[in-house]
Order: sequence, then structure tokens, then C-alpha cells
Amino acid sequence: MNYNVDERGYYGVFGGAYIPEMMYPNVKELADNYLKILNDKKFKDEFHSLLKHYVGRPSPLFFASRLSSFHNTKIFLKREDLNHTGAHKINNTVGQILIAKRLGKSRIIAETGAGQHGVATATVCALMGMKCIVYMGQTDIERQLPNVLRMKMLGAEVVAVTSGNKTLKDATNEAIRDWISNPADTYYIIGSVVGPHPYPDLVTRLQAVISEEMQHQVKEVSGKKNPDYIIACIGGGSNAIGSFYHYLNNESVKLIAVEAGGKGIDSGETAATMVTGRPGIIHGSKTMLMQTDDGQITEPYSISAGLDYPGIGPIHSYLHEIKRVTFDNVTDDEALEAAFRLTRLEGIVPALESAHALAWLGKHQFHKEDVVVVTISGRGDKDMDAYIKYMEQTNYYKSE
Amino acid sequence: MNRIDKLFREKTTNILSVYFTAGYPLIDSTVKIVRALADSGADMIEIGMPFSDPMADGPVIQHSNEKSLQNGMNLKLLFNQLSDIRKEVKIPLLLMGYLNPVMQFGVENFCMQCLRVGIDGVILPDLPPLVYTEEYLSIFNKYELYNILLISPQSSSERITAIDKISRGFIYIVSSSSVTGSKGNFSDDQMSYFKRVSKMDLVNPCLIGFGISNRETFMNAGIYARGGIIGSAFVKILGNDGDVIKNISQFIKEFKSN
Repeated sequence: MNYNVDERGYYGVFGGAYIPEMMYPNVKELADNYLKILNDKKFKDEFHSLLKHYVGRPSPLFFASRLSSFHNTKIFLKREDLNHTGAHKINNTVGQILIAKRLGKSRIIAETGAGQHGVATATVCALMGMKCIVYMGQTDIERQLPNVLRMKMLGAEVVAVTSGNKTLKDATNEAIRDWISNPADTYYIIGSVVGPHPYPDLVTRLQAVISEEMQHQVKEVSGKKNPDYIIACIGGGSNAIGSFYHYLNNESVKLIAVEAGGKGIDSGETAATMVTGRPGIIHGSKTMLMQTDDGQITEPYSISAGLDYPGIGPIHSYLHEIKRVTFDNVTDDEALEAAFRLTRLEGIVPALESAHALAWLGKHQFHKEDVVVVTISGRGDKDMDAYIKYMEQTNYYKSE
Repeated sequence: MNRIDKLFREKTTNILSVYFTAGYPLIDSTVKIVRALADSGADMIEIGMPFSDPMADGPVIQHSNEKSLQNGMNLKLLFNQLSDIRKEVKIPLLLMGYLNPVMQFGVENFCMQCLRVGIDGVILPDLPPLVYTEEYLSIFNKYELYNILLISPQSSSERITAIDKISRGFIYIVSSSSVTGSKGNFSDDQMSYFKRVSKMDLVNPCLIGFGISNRETFMNAGIYARGGIIGSAFVKILGNDGDVIKNISQFIKEFKSN
């Protein structure tokens, strides 16, 4: 089975490049060059060298023995949280900034929701000495102040977006508007497997390093050749596709993508696109989309700022349609509970996003000998406010 | 004959096309504004279909889209409002917006409704030419609807020629690398781009849009193309206090006076 994008930029009926003519030359330039660049030996050497010495890859695959006992199976954690800047996002930004340099661009723009992709972009811009502008919704700026300050410390200009709902989708619109207005010198580093072709494929290939490493690590750590399950959280879908990529053709491996159910899929406050969405167009891509009957894009909700995107990468819409990946969702509360469980059993504070993947462990009956890989996409430092609030609400301190 | 073709046949220069967002400033403003524009002497009208995420638009049109949606505008209501428009308005009418609401409404149903109320053309900036020809061209033809395509300063000559081949009605020249609502006069670069396009001897007539904000830019558009399209500058006055109809007539008069 071929899971790669076709030459027209589609995965089945999903994907494409639904962009205004003003963006066409830039997107076409990238589409015409990205595979050439990715396959160039010099690029590969530079990319892998930075991943090793700067990002700190390979990220470990850790056998979580106490969590395994709790769930009565064998759980292995793919530790993307140990990357430089604390999440998988940097795999993508390191790759894309090298592409931007090869295309002769000097000005980098990016969108960010929680600020993780913004920080990862500002980081590589500082490393390469490139100008960096990050678009961030006003609402998110207020919610994620430490990341805003971090980006500024790294030398990035953070532009507050006040249109629409002032969150990730609006920040993405504004980054697109910037690119339309600055076509010559600017490169847009998109943070997930979303946007017009070739971005979904480009980001997929850059994040595929996660599952590439797993292939050796699973054997080494578990003794089995292949895992039985790979579980990842999903918003736009970059850590999920990175975790699945090299196993897509290996049908014996069950692939599970866990969306943010928010306060429940029927509550109206959710980010579970696969359950509540239908095909539509967002940010230049045809994909599953949360929208009104009239085709207006709606604002998703999740306790986790990295999962509340109203669309999802087009490759995931395809993998969902052909049932290669199982999509499910967990609520805010289930994710919080899972985050505390991992913290207490393994001494690892996960990001709220990653906690969604962990929460799915409690929703499924595994065999004792199953090898279950869970991708910890990021660390929880940025989510301390939410965790502190949870501890106060549940009298967590007293109960210990 | 499509009213767009008729207009370009009858009027050779300084064609004035005006954009506004349906349902803005009030939900029932749509028809009143169309009427006032036609009465004031606009040659063509582009009625904006509001969208939650108008990625090619600047702040003025973003705001009008947002307000219009808050007012409750949608395609079904818009077609209802326009049901009797052809009893009084004779100039070409176009709908402009983004693809997703049209897709959700159903492209064929949309084209059928356009034919029913007398819409002559559609502008959907995020519908790529290739997707249009492969998926929608035959439906548009069936309902005698023109799909107006855009070219930009970054479009190569080959691409402009290709777009010309599949265009009907006219070609929309985006004046600069920008979203809608940019201000100021045209730069030398923009002028030479207009010149380049005008020398290409395209089959279709051209109108220049984006950044036409005053009489000077409009008259310049008339030199290199058949006229200009005014959007943000017009939408801005709709939000002003006072008599909207009178404001419209004054605004158009400034562009029309010789």
C-alpha cells in the first residue's frame, strides 16, 4: 500500500493546495524543490548532524515498568520530551530552516498556538542567525506568557493576532497573509502536517525520524521486532505521523491516534475533528474540518493548547478513511489523570498533549505480552499552571 | 449574452467595479447597497460572501466578514435576499468569497442558485485554476456562470497565458503582493507589471484590484487595464455614520467624475 502523497499533492481525496494565486509561486517553488533538497547528501548530513548534536537525538525508548504493571502490559515511552526545547517540534524546524537557507530566504515566519512551535522556530532562527517573526493569537499570548518571553529572548518578534478568535487558526491566517505580502525573501515554517501541499508531506518526512529510530530501539529494548501498538496524541498530527510513518506498511502494528475530546464530544467544547468534523478546506488543504452547516470554521476547545486545531493533517484524514489508523479521543479529565499517573509512577511530567496518548492506555484491554509504544511528544513544564490548578481542585497535596 | 461580456463590449475604459460584503453593516443592507451602487453609476458589483477565515483579506474586509457572520448571513439567506434583484438592477453582479462555504452549500446547487437570481460570475481566490477546470468547469458552464481567475505580480507569463485560456469574462489583476486593503499609490514595479500584462495581448479583458483606494490609483488602473476594482476603501465608508446611501453616492461620484 502506498501512503505517500501523489504527484498532485493528494492523499486520496484529501490534501491539495487550495491557495490564492498570490501564494502560488512560493508554494510551487517549495513543491518543486523539497524532495530534491531532502534527498541531497549534504542536506542529509547537515540535518542528521544537527539532530544528533543540537537536538540530542536519538531520543530514548524507555521501558516504563511501573506504568506497565499498572496497565498489565509492556509500555515503552518514546521520549520526544527530552529533545532540545522540550518537544518533537524541533525535528521539523531544524529541517525546514535548512530548506529555507537553500532556497535563499532570509526572513522566517511561523504561526504558533501554545508557543512550542514558535519557540522551536525562534530557536533555529537564533542558531542560523535569521530574522524570525512568530504570529500568535492574543488569547494564546495571554495564556502562554513564558513561551512568549522565551521567543523574545531568542530574538524573535512575536506579533499578536487580534482577528477572529485570536488563537492558532487566526495566527495561521495571519502568517499566510504575511507570506502573501512578502513573497520574495520570506519562508513560512509551518508547524504541523497541515497547510497546502507540499507542507504535509514535507513535515511528515522530517518528523519520520521518530519512527525511524523506533525501528532499531523496539528490538533492542523489548526483544520483539515490531511493536503491537503505537499510540500518539493528535492535533494537526505531526508527532502522530512521525511515530507511525515507518510502520504504515506493517499491518501487524496497530496505530492509534488520540484526539482531544475536551469536555466530551457532545459538549460543544471539543477538538475531536474526526468525530465532529466533515471534509472541508482549511489553510489551503482539503481535510476533515470542524465547521458549521454553512461551512464556517469553528473554534475547537481542549485543555491542551497544542491539540485545539479545527482541522487535521490531510494524511490523517486519509488514514482514517481507509482505516489504517484508529482514531479515538479522551477528555480533559482523563488526560489530567494520566499525566499525574505517569508523573508518580515514572517520574516523568508529560505535556498535556502527550497525556492524551497516555490516557488511551486506560481505555483499552491489552495482552500482558503486548509491546505498546506511547510517544511522549513533549514535556509538561509549560503546563504547570493547569497541573497546579488540578492539584488544588482535587486536594492532591492533602491526599498524599 | 452574459452581462459581463456585454459590459466590456459596451464600455472600453475606466470600468468601475465595487466590492462589498453581504450582510454588512446590517443583515438587510445587501440589496440596499446593490441598488445604491447601481444608481450611483458603478459598472459592476462584487457581492462578498462572508467567511470565518478570509486568508487573502486585510483588516477592513476581515472585519466586515466577521460582522456579517455575527449578523447571521449565510448563502441560503443571501440568495433569498437577491431573489428579486434582477427586477431593478441591470449591471453585472458577481459573488466573491472562499471555497469552503460554497463546497458545503454544494457547488452545483450554488451555480443553480446563481443562475436563478441572475449572478453573472464568481470569484473564489482559493479555488486553484487546475481544480476548477478538472472538477467544476462543466458545472459552471451548465449554469452559464463565469469563474473569474486572479493573476499576481509573481505569476509567470506562461501561467498568465494558461489562466487566460480558461478564463471567461475578465481577468482579475491583483495589483501587488499584498492582501486586500493596502494603501498608497502604485510603485514603479507595479506599473511595469501592469505594462507587462497589458502587452501580452490576452484574450480576456483585465481589471486591476487590490490597492485601488483613490481616484489616482483608479485612473492609473484605467491606463493599463479596462478599469479597476474597489473593495476595502468602499467597505470602510459603509461603517461610517450618517446616511449610507448618500455616502455611497458621494463615494462613487468621486471616482466617476472626469
